[in-house]
Amino acid sequence: MGIIKARKLVHEYIRRDEEGNVESIQTALDKVDLDVKAGEFIAILGHNGSGKSTLAKHINAILEPSEGSLWVDGYDVSDDANVWEVRQRAGMVFQNPDNQIIASVVEEDVGFGPENVGVPTDEIWRRVEESLKAVGMLKYRHHSPNKLSGGQKQRVAIAGVMAMQPKCIVLDEPTAMLDPNGRKEVLKAVHELNRKKGVTIILITHYMEEVVEADRVYVMDNGRVVMQGLPRELFSQVDELKKYRLDVPQVTLLAHELRNSGLKGIPAGILTREELTEAISRLCQSY
Amino acid sequence: MSIILDKVNYVYSAGTAYEIQALKNINLQMKDGEFIGIIGHTGSGKSTLIQHLNGLIRATSGGIYYNGEDIYAEDYNMKGLRSKVGLVFQYPEHQLFETTIFDDVCFGPLNQGLSKNEAGIRAFEALNSVGLPEDLYYQSPFDLSGGQKRRVAIAGVLAMKPEMIILDEPTAGLDPKGRDEILNQIAKMHKERGITVILVSHSMEDVAKYVDRIIVMNQGEVMFDGIPKDVFRHYRELEAVGLAAPQVTYLMHELKDRGFPVAADATTVEEAKKEILEMIGRVSGR
Repeated sequence: MGIIKARKLVHEYIRRDEEGNVESIQTALDKVDLDVKAGEFIAILGHNGSGKSTLAKHINAILEPSEGSLWVDGYDVSDDANVWEVRQRAGMVFQNPDNQIIASVVEEDVGFGPENVGVPTDEIWRRVEESLKAVGMLKYRHHSPNKLSGGQKQRVAIAGVMAMQPKCIVLDEPTAMLDPNGRKEVLKAVHELNRKKGVTIILITHYMEEVVEADRVYVMDNGRVVMQGLPRELFSQVDELKKYRLDVPQVTLLAHELRNSGLKGIPAGILTREELTEAISRLCQSY
Repeated sequence: MSIILDKVNYVYSAGTAYEIQALKNINLQMKDGEFIGIIGHTGSGKSTLIQHLNGLIRATSGGIYYNGEDIYAEDYNMKGLRSKVGLVFQYPEHQLFETTIFDDVCFGPLNQGLSKNEAGIRAFEALNSVGLPEDLYYQSPFDLSGGQKRRVAIAGVLAMKPEMIILDEPTAGLDPKGRDEILNQIAKMHKERGITVILVSHSMEDVAKYVDRIIVMNQGEVMFDGIPKDVFRHYRELEAVGLAAPQVTYLMHELKDRGFPVAADATTVEEAKKEILEMIGRVSGR
């Protein structure tokens, strides 16, 4: 069984009036099936309100399924007794770094999680050092978080999650508030955790360029998984993605437009600049 | 409706150990009807700069002139300036508070002293111009999606009929379609109403696509100021300060470096497409 597995997962937000009568029901997740293998890098795309964040919150047992089930590393999230087991295995990073940092010194912030669950002091310091190193922030260990840039703060938040030694990290739009450099730093740190430490990554994002290197991409719409596959398979369906209010990376769009203008020699599903440069130069040589 | 900034300096926490100069000797002129993008990494002084434009922050030294009037003059009507220069903060939907969308948008004009009727007309116009469906007007703003909430918040500023609107990252956290919708609405308003727009953004692709002029901030100074093509020509310098050029600009440079006869200054998909098609036409025609 994979590290995260969902079977017909349903979540309903139920609104009640003052007497407790049901006013409205909104189905945020509608029979979602998901199977993530340990060590995979998964990306989830979908427009605002498509159910991405609701799904993410189930993986960390913040929300409980209305119907169906979700297992994290074999633990059923609907069982209250499993909540702490689940949370120790799946860490979560949110959009705004300022909402996730609590201590006044970087290393204390990273150590907060393990300290909270009673990890021995020596072990805490070992984990703090290792986590900060993994996200490239070790030299800032004695700094105050409020003097850091957005990308640096977000990496400290990721280190804080890493210090809990999770098997899986869910990142809910971790780069939405960052400048281009900050985005690059955070993405690099996340990919390194995945490659070097084998941490399973679930990345939720609105930036299409960020999912190009994922192992698999899921697209959500109306609480359902409507498309899934390799980035290349997905991004070759430009018009289909637009239907779900999504987009493709700028080079993919350019390649698509060039194809539509009659340059059939350019393959569908171009993902990177290098690929497009290659395709154009092959095309020119053929004349 | 022009703004002139003359040798503007701003220092945070002056005289303390945390003293930091956020703006250094800024000289800028923004003309009536311009569509300007401001880019810069976190902490480069963008937000400090835009807060000077409607008088929320007072320069430590230097002068700011709105339509030729010194906004720091003793008898200057600062309240009037704030309704002429509308500022939409980051995540403006966090500032929605009324029970209905319509009431929320009426708040600004009522505060300006307009009658209930006039404020209502303004609210209708503003909600209409951000493209919000009419059947939503009397619902709670809290039931809307992220993109819709943000449009309501922008309508709240538009209802005050500003001559200039400044938007601080209006598309952060929105899905691609929502992002395009908001930016298209802003571009439309700029075109139809002739309103001056200043867009602060971290998306180089968006800035390249929409604005006529880019101001690059770095360490409290204006690093570049010009049309997108000219600014993104300095992509290496931009990278050194935590920024970048649009993806297609890099592609064009790579093609040029490999010896293809293309101009490397395209900044949008449209421009790049045109340039590549022309190049291929030339190559295949030979």
